[in-house]
Amino acid sequence: MIPAAFDYTRATTVDEALTALASSDDAKILGGGQSLLPVLRQRLNAPELIVDCSAIDEIKGIDAGGDKVTIGAGATHHAVMNDPAVKASVELLAQATETVADPQIRHRGTLGGSLAHADPRADQPPVALALDAEFTIAGPSGKRTVPASEFFIGPFETAVGEDELLVSVAFPKYDGWGSHYEKFNRTAQAWSIVGIAAAVRMDGGKIAEARIGLTNVGGTPVRATAVEQALVGASSMAEIAAAAERASDGIEPFADEDADVEFRKHLARVLTKRAVAKAAGIE
Amino acid sequence: MTETIDTSTPLGRPIKRKEDAKLLHGRTNWTDNIQLPGTLHMAILRSPYAHAKITKLDVTPALSRPNVIAAYGADELGDLNGSIPCVWPVVDDIVMPDFPSLAKGVVRHVGDCVAVVLATDPVHAADALEAIEVDYEPLPAVVNMQDAIKGGTLVHEDAANNVCYNYPFATGENYDDVKAKADVVVTRQWANQRLIPAFMEPRSVVAAPMGMSDEMTVWSSTQIPHVLRVLMALVTGIPENNLRIIAPDVGGGFGGKLQLYREEVLVTQLARKLGRPVKWTETRSEDMVATHHGRDHIQTIEIAATKDGKILGLKVHLLADMGAYLQIITPGIPILGMFMYPAIYKMDAYDFHCTGVFTNKTPTDAYRGAGRPEATYAIERIVDELAAELDMDPMELRKKNWIKHEEFPFTTVAGLTYDTGNYEAATAKALDLFGMDELRAEQKRRRESGDTVQLGIGISTFTEMCGLAPSRTLGALKYVAGGWEHATIRMLPTGKVELVTGTSPHGQGHETAWSQIASSILGIPVEDIEVVHSDTGRAPYGMDTYGSRSLAVGGQAIKKAAENLIEKARIIAAHQLECSPGDLEFVGGEFKVKGDPEKAQAIGAVAFEAFTAHNLPDGVEPTLQGEATVDPEDFSYPHGTHLAAMEVDTETGKVTLRKYVAVDDVGNQVNPMIVEGQVHGGLAQGIGQALYEGAFYDEDGLPLNANLSTYLIPAAPDLPSFITDRTTTPSTTHPLGTKGVGEAGAIASTPAIINGIVDALRPMGVTDVAMPATPMTVWKTIQSANQAAKGGQA
Repeated sequence: MIPAAFDYTRATTVDEALTALASSDDAKILGGGQSLLPVLRQRLNAPELIVDCSAIDEIKGIDAGGDKVTIGAGATHHAVMNDPAVKASVELLAQATETVADPQIRHRGTLGGSLAHADPRADQPPVALALDAEFTIAGPSGKRTVPASEFFIGPFETAVGEDELLVSVAFPKYDGWGSHYEKFNRTAQAWSIVGIAAAVRMDGGKIAEARIGLTNVGGTPVRATAVEQALVGASSMAEIAAAAERASDGIEPFADEDADVEFRKHLARVLTKRAVAKAAGIE
Repeated sequence: MTETIDTSTPLGRPIKRKEDAKLLHGRTNWTDNIQLPGTLHMAILRSPYAHAKITKLDVTPALSRPNVIAAYGADELGDLNGSIPCVWPVVDDIVMPDFPSLAKGVVRHVGDCVAVVLATDPVHAADALEAIEVDYEPLPAVVNMQDAIKGGTLVHEDAANNVCYNYPFATGENYDDVKAKADVVVTRQWANQRLIPAFMEPRSVVAAPMGMSDEMTVWSSTQIPHVLRVLMALVTGIPENNLRIIAPDVGGGFGGKLQLYREEVLVTQLARKLGRPVKWTETRSEDMVATHHGRDHIQTIEIAATKDGKILGLKVHLLADMGAYLQIITPGIPILGMFMYPAIYKMDAYDFHCTGVFTNKTPTDAYRGAGRPEATYAIERIVDELAAELDMDPMELRKKNWIKHEEFPFTTVAGLTYDTGNYEAATAKALDLFGMDELRAEQKRRRESGDTVQLGIGISTFTEMCGLAPSRTLGALKYVAGGWEHATIRMLPTGKVELVTGTSPHGQGHETAWSQIASSILGIPVEDIEVVHSDTGRAPYGMDTYGSRSLAVGGQAIKKAAENLIEKARIIAAHQLECSPGDLEFVGGEFKVKGDPEKAQAIGAVAFEAFTAHNLPDGVEPTLQGEATVDPEDFSYPHGTHLAAMEVDTETGKVTLRKYVAVDDVGNQVNPMIVEGQVHGGLAQGIGQALYEGAFYDEDGLPLNANLSTYLIPAAPDLPSFITDRTTTPSTTHPLGTKGVGEAGAIASTPAIINGIVDALRPMGVTDVAMPATPMTVWKTIQSANQAAKGGQA
């Protein structure tokens, strides 16, 4: 379809973007366009102003200095999943990113765009949640940081304000952890029905620490803390399976054509078992 | 696949397609690429309701929007609001409701056309739709066929109980008598779900009055320029001789562009009224609700057999969803399927009944296979169920009942006479490629170990009828047109060839394949032959492309036209060579005097003589061309054996197609590479029905998945590398020995997939899985079977 008319401005710096955002009560940020354009074309939204942030070079870099890997919000999925530092220290993010849509979309779409769009079906938000990522948001009064646990507020709703721009996401380094992203969908290019992001630190053949994030089992990504706790000390498939039974504790999935509530809860349990087993290298 | 290639003739060689360089380089002429000065762009206001009264419609506010030239509702359109005809009234008492271009007071499906805006650019046309003032009073929607036929809410007031027609057809012995003799009777009910054609190029149409002449040229992304011309003349009153229909490059159809659409009529009427070119191109969102859909049958099927596995009779009762209106051949689709339920099996009795039902959904019509996939699904599924009931191997049951190769020609209980076939040969080849014994052994191991992933083997030994069709047969079925095809072959003075065909390709590769046929007869290189098609101005006669008819019927016309051309050339050459025509043989593009090979004349030289006409025999007209219009002797009957190995993850319900073998017998092949492409694409669509696709509605008749992010179509990563091969049993009713291949893959594959899933789960007590077999559907089916098993133990 043809989008409704809108004004357009292209920012080349964060400051320019913030100035443009401040100039309108109804502005939307364009990153790689993989989420916004379908919304505009279906006329689900008709903003007055589009602020194109795809030419802001200062938010595209990936920096692995210090004890964190800091990824610019404008880094493409393709850049993220192929970055050596991401692969070495935040492998779970690379694994989840590889499952996003198809190569064309991964060359256009950005990590920051996906996180800020906060589609419950998106694969990277639960990774950011499970790995305790920290979000840096620029606004009229400067920059602030928000932990992942406070970033995702609801479906398509985050801590980023109307006049703010997500500029980067910093992930602690998880060198030596085992990880796996278990995506469950119907076709290779379809959204996740349920996805499980799992990272484990092994010690002497046992799980010493686990981090589990769930995709598309509610309005926001969910941290499976009950499973994480129950996994500590697990060293067998049976123990992992027992812990994974708690993946559906407290979640409130919605129903759609692909999965009703019962099936989503079931998938959360089964897929958590599988994701953790693969992350831990236990069969 | 491997085979020995005869390089002495282009016929049967996998030469690269002439069409592809243009397509791959983007030098294509899609309808939407056509830019004419002064064009008005049409946008359509569509109903958001499945069923509602229009209580207010005021288009005038749209007129004050920028760049808007005109706006119309049904009232403003008046006499130009043409109604879409149905040309296949399958029974005398069929109910055929009015189907106006713009709804008159009532909308009957989501996407029904309410009003149009014309602007000087497409953007402002789309924007101005928002200015139209329209109020609806929602009415209860008729969604489910089983509810619809109980009466209550009516889609059309003159269709009592929402019934469009009843079509009974019983042949052979009395079914009930046969059933009484049976040891085993298996009855099942299946939903053959609604599908959306989803061709790659959305529909698009441009109509332009041509300057000072009376001609109206219509470019449309259609499969049927010739049929469209006739129908458009009838609907609009524009004299047929003044209408020129052109189908430029067309990006897929699958039956979805075998249609006269309301949008085509609107664009043409408004171009005439306004005296300027008018253009409309649909969005994907429009396509999903406004292009006709396919399938949507509820099939109740019963098979009666002896305890040793001899099939005695078959009973099929259908509910077929017409949707909200009848498109051009909507009622005929299930009737095409009617002939195919008995398929390859011998039996004594066949009892068929179809009820066409109106609902508040998008109209249905032809979609790849058109009735035959539905029939093939039902019979191939029930044969597996019968095998399970009899505790017989499903292939052994098929072998016991199929027509043996030495029994052809064979007249089936449905009344068709299959000219040739060799089910034994195709099956033997398929089993060899599949590795059945190893897979059965693996299946046994997985069952015994209680593996989470179970393995199933699905069989489909299909046949179909294609190559539509002998005109007398179509007449007997109350289809109002014929099934012939035309070709004209012109030798130009320079020795090049124009091959004019009445077929209308939209991805099939006719330009290549037709050149191969003509080249093999005329001895002219493939590259010197131009295939002219899809333009009623340049190729005036034709019945177009659908139903796997183009080679089966159009190919015959090309062969005969080429032969007619040679017969004329022979007379001219004999005159030049001072011999009698009977003394000449035509070899490798040259007429040679028998016994005196030095005396010869190439056909190009004959063409030049025919052009100059300086020295032609008395009574022979100048120019060298051959024409033929051919009515086929019969349908053609491709067949094959398809085998699928399905892995079912019993914990998640996810199904993986691990291995797929397709051995098809399509008779002689003109270009095996094109055949291969048709098989692959057809398989993907048939597998799509089994596993992914389905247009679903809520209880208010609102579509639940009318976009391509939720209506899932398989792509390359979702499918294995198909293992394909062919057996060749030439058709004896088609002069080239060809059959048809356009629909075979889509017809054959759906039951193979579901049979494989059910086979994997049968030890758990599963006897059916609904389509599409989504993970949730499969998982719930397993849960129900487990519950039933527990209940049984308790």
